[in-house]
Amino acid sequence: MADAKAIKKRPGQMRLIDATQYRLPPAGWVSILHRVSGLIIIILLPFVIWMFDTSVTDEISFDQFRTAFTGGIGFVPAFVVKLAALALIWGFLQHFCAGVRHLYMDFTHTVDKEFGRVSALVAIGIAAALTLVFAYKLFIGY
Amino acid sequence: MSTNYGSKRVVVGAHYGLRDWLAQRATAVLMALFTIVLVIECLLPGEMSYEKWAAIFSHQWMKVLTFVTIVAIIWHAWVGVRDVLMDYVTAVAPRLVLQVAAIAWLVGCAGWALQVLWRI
Repeated sequence: MADAKAIKKRPGQMRLIDATQYRLPPAGWVSILHRVSGLIIIILLPFVIWMFDTSVTDEISFDQFRTAFTGGIGFVPAFVVKLAALALIWGFLQHFCAGVRHLYMDFTHTVDKEFGRVSALVAIGIAAALTLVFAYKLFIGY
Repeated sequence: MSTNYGSKRVVVGAHYGLRDWLAQRATAVLMALFTIVLVIECLLPGEMSYEKWAAIFSHQWMKVLTFVTIVAIIWHAWVGVRDVLMDYVTAVAPRLVLQVAAIAWLVGCAGWALQVLWRI
């Protein structure tokens, strides 16, 4: 009977909402941000391909691509285009940095706790810093 | 229940995720390589313009690299989306619908990207 009680106490299957109840270590943040950034990139793929299409097709479409960031695309204002581009930039940088960390750990079998913590902070830091640089270029220096 | 994981795992059936795991790493390396090549090309001397940008993709080797990278992206994304859906969407019907939607989305995007690439 004691066994049955113990089994009942188990939290059971984890739900997405449960994830918000934990105080995540840096490595945990990298893990969840890897999923978030990956999804952002997937959702924004049509925007990426639209930019690829207009920027390489011909000079007229290249101008169209450039003016998207100053005059918007159709009914979408330039501000929203810039925000989407920035979301994409952060998503890419975060996914890239965390991905390199992941590959490094896989190749070298570096699995100790301290490296996991420090490299997680470095990955988040580099991605955030570069995102700020691009944000400056996109919103102020452009 | 005896140990059924690691080297003691009783292996029956088709595959156990090693292929997906490995494919995700291999495609990641490929995409990182493409990124590095593209960044170097962009940083080469000369003001960024339509001519410079289009010239990057006009080389046949770059077209091939871009083609392989597009395939790598959808493969990589599919493994990732499948992992996420397996973790958070447990009911069969919504999971299946989302999986099919993800495949359609990714294949559609790849087709569009290849169309653009091929007419440069």
